Amino acid sequence: MIMVTGRVHSLETFGTVDGPGIRFVLFMQGCLMKCQYCHNPDTWNLDGGKVMQLEEVLAEIEPYLNYYRSSGGGLTVSGGEPTLQAPFVKALFKAVKERWNLHTTLDSNGYNDGEKIHELLEVTDLVMLDLKHINNEKHKKLTGVSNERTLKLAQWLSDHDRKMWIRHVFVPGIHDAEEDLIALGEFIGTLKGVEKFEILPYHQMGIYKWQSLGRIYPLDGVPSPTDEEVERAYRLIEQGRRQATCV
Amino acid sequence: MSVIERNVMDQSQQDAWRGFNKGKWTNHVDTKNFIDENINPYLGNESFLAGPTQNTNDLWKIVSQLSKEERERGGVWDVDVNTPGSITSHGPGYLDKDKEQIVGVQTDEPFKRSIQPYGGIRMVIDACKAYGFEVPQSIVDTFTNIRKTHNQGVFDAYTAEIRAARKSGIVTGLPDAYGRGRIIGDYRRVALYGVDFLMKQKQKEHDETIGEGMDESTIRLREEISEQYRALNELKQMAAAHGMDISKPAQNAKEAFQWLYFGYLAAVKEQNGAAMSLGRVSSFLDIYIQRDLQEGTLTEEQAQELVDHFVMKLRIVKFLRTPDYNELFSGDPTWVTESIGGMAVDGTTRVTKSSFRFLHTLYNLGPAPEPNLTVLWSEKLPEGFKKYCAKVSIETSSIQYENDDLMRPFYGDDYGIACCVSAMRIGKQMQFFGARANLAKTLLYAINGGKDEKSGAQVGPEFPAITSEYLDYDEVIARYKPMMQWLSKVYMDALNIIHYMHDKYSYERIEMALHDRDILRTMACGIAGLSVAADSLSAIKYAKVKPIRNEQGIAVDFEIEGDFPCYGNNDDRVDQIAVELVETFMGMIRQHKTYREAVPTQSVLTITSNVVYGKKTGTTPDGRKAGEPFAPGANPMHGRDKKGALASLSSVAKLPYEHSLDGISNTFSIVPKALGKEEEIRKANLVAMLDGYFGSDAHHLNVNVFDREQLIDAMDHPENYPQLTIRVSGYAVNFIKLTREQQLDVINRTFHNAM
Repeated sequence: MIMVTGRVHSLETFGTVDGPGIRFVLFMQGCLMKCQYCHNPDTWNLDGGKVMQLEEVLAEIEPYLNYYRSSGGGLTVSGGEPTLQAPFVKALFKAVKERWNLHTTLDSNGYNDGEKIHELLEVTDLVMLDLKHINNEKHKKLTGVSNERTLKLAQWLSDHDRKMWIRHVFVPGIHDAEEDLIALGEFIGTLKGVEKFEILPYHQMGIYKWQSLGRIYPLDGVPSPTDEEVERAYRLIEQGRRQATCV
Repeated sequence: MSVIERNVMDQSQQDAWRGFNKGKWTNHVDTKNFIDENINPYLGNESFLAGPTQNTNDLWKIVSQLSKEERERGGVWDVDVNTPGSITSHGPGYLDKDKEQIVGVQTDEPFKRSIQPYGGIRMVIDACKAYGFEVPQSIVDTFTNIRKTHNQGVFDAYTAEIRAARKSGIVTGLPDAYGRGRIIGDYRRVALYGVDFLMKQKQKEHDETIGEGMDESTIRLREEISEQYRALNELKQMAAAHGMDISKPAQNAKEAFQWLYFGYLAAVKEQNGAAMSLGRVSSFLDIYIQRDLQEGTLTEEQAQELVDHFVMKLRIVKFLRTPDYNELFSGDPTWVTESIGGMAVDGTTRVTKSSFRFLHTLYNLGPAPEPNLTVLWSEKLPEGFKKYCAKVSIETSSIQYENDDLMRPFYGDDYGIACCVSAMRIGKQMQFFGARANLAKTLLYAINGGKDEKSGAQVGPEFPAITSEYLDYDEVIARYKPMMQWLSKVYMDALNIIHYMHDKYSYERIEMALHDRDILRTMACGIAGLSVAADSLSAIKYAKVKPIRNEQGIAVDFEIEGDFPCYGNNDDRVDQIAVELVETFMGMIRQHKTYREAVPTQSVLTITSNVVYGKKTGTTPDGRKAGEPFAPGANPMHGRDKKGALASLSSVAKLPYEHSLDGISNTFSIVPKALGKEEEIRKANLVAMLDGYFGSDAHHLNVNVFDREQLIDAMDHPENYPQLTIRVSGYAVNFIKLTREQQLDVINRTFHNAM
């Protein structure tokens, strides 16, 4: 049998915001999007991180199973972009299910093909899909790539009755156009299986990492959104969503 | 049976004990039995709680105003320099007599501090000077030439070796110039029995010492019991000055609170002990509240008002201390520790509605560091109470948690916490507080042949120094152990002297009057720098560490090549080194004779002295630079725990409680959103975390929930944060009262973040 290894950026034993309950969060190394607001640009490099064997990762999870079980939590694999290492993540999810019956969550930007990674999705209980921008031009500007694949993956998940949470980082000046927010809501409204939609208000906490990598922070000086701005965004997205479902 | 029944219960007892279930407690002092027979466990949630009354708000306004004035006056509002504090030294003082349900302050005015020179006159002189007061020469003369103090006694007996160890900081914080504290009187006895009953009991105990002949220990005991008896009499006088007769048992809830508080007040009027803890009173007092509620003489609002006013008094206990002392124990702490909750040995809960009422004072009066509210956590605590605790932690950061399931087998179900983490059976056990020895510095002594790395002086024994280019693990361990052995001896010698003299010159007579005659004493040693020592040894073992030596040959810096595992990541390679250090040092402590046959114990606790210890310790082989603070207590070094909260907690949970029976302190800071996004989820996650942590036999956890940014803002704008409370190593402090250095230390600590 081939040894399954993955490139791991870091791990967090007490994750509470990346899926239900208390979770073990594994951050994979490597990402093809270059989001301007990324707070972990050190996860981009495809050759970085630490190569870990499957068993090593499992040994890191095992001591805390009680916490994950008693809180209704589980394992979340995030990144970087975890689907770039789909075979490894698939093997990991499969193993934690077989051994411990753990709940699995994939935190992905969706920049992959549902058919290509369907074996991984088979063993994924919840996909948290990061939708960076609904407008393709703005998406390209923000991340360096088109949003087509992400939207297609969302459609794939919907078509295959998968549970998903959709998350959307909100940056003032980038995400506040009314037509975009309504369009985003309309898109979500067409999907099945969306259990939750969350706006993640932009914050500057990643800035020091950009500096330490010697990169120029593209959003320098951009403030976090106010509560009112976030509420407005929710309202417009909800409006779009209702329009879509009424059709 | 009939013999006993005939001679108990006079009329006042019959009235005071109406409706209570009888038991062993009716015939002789047995508070625990009274609680067992009469407690009203509560399994519900917090919905019954009442807000503050108008009087409560008015009184708290007065306290807030006085606190503000105190800050403006540099930390001390006023000092009565003329009258050494004693139980009856000062007449009554009030905030607003007509509005106070519970009365009594330490002097004749709230916030006015007294002098308490029995521990040492130098401390009093220095403290007064630091705050712009002057002790009259007559008092200085009295406590220099006529009445010897504890401090003078200690220095009469100290050896040159102890003095050198103390000076270099390899042992620090010894209670040789101040009151040792950490003794909990069973203040509940005053309410339940009235003082006359207790005096009669003491008379009997005194009589019962005659049989064995007059050897030294019997003579000491007879003298002590006489002192206790006298103190009880003065306690009655003190209450009488407030217009109350406490010779008989309390008749209702209000009296029960007041009688109990008088007992405590007498203690803090006379003793400036480092920690003056309260015990475990809330569920005891609940029995009185419940009876009054049933009799229709009290409403929930009035019950909460009693709790609020009592707690308000506990919040304004004041001692006169030097700025030096504050460097060790920052933020003006008094450690009025109240232990709440826990389970009874029979499996029922000790949680009552008053457990909630006491925590609820953090809302009615706002957050505050005192009293030091300590929840005795059990997996079996009622869910409603667990959730409420989590809510209070998240919203106020004012409570700490200790593992009842771990402690109950050692101490039963009527123990309390003294100071931060020290459990003791109430009224049946006391400790000789022993501060701590510096294990990180000891490692440097081992490397440097007993020479102090800062002064160059030969403080430890002149063992051969390590001279190799790279440090070899086995060689370092072979040098480290004898150096620890030496330290344990010097340390125990110092403690024996200290407690001999404290008993002799500054005996805690009212606190001991509220104990049984025959009690268990522990010699509570402690260690500091555990994580620094463990990481240093890990670096030596798993990486390459090259000492940089000065011209004297002393290693003053270290070059580290390669990676090494750090304590705090649930990695046994280093965690087991920490475990072994704890066990090894405890084993050494156990080898020495102790004063009064005290049972040796140890704690892994630094309070805020981790900053001072760091200052006094040179660069260590783990990469920590000279002068940098240690991690507090048993915490991993900040920034080195890289796998998140659970890994960090798991490392600490490995430290063996049976070898640190005086407690293992861990301080945990987390930003609110790292606990989850919604309030209900945050509460549930914190409860699950506490269940898991304590389920793995961990001992203690301080929980802080706040943003780093908020603390930075509070540093710059203290005026906006008069009540900002944070938990540090075993107690809570008002953040703005910390020194700037300590504020930075708190801010630099690991915050568990959500990204």
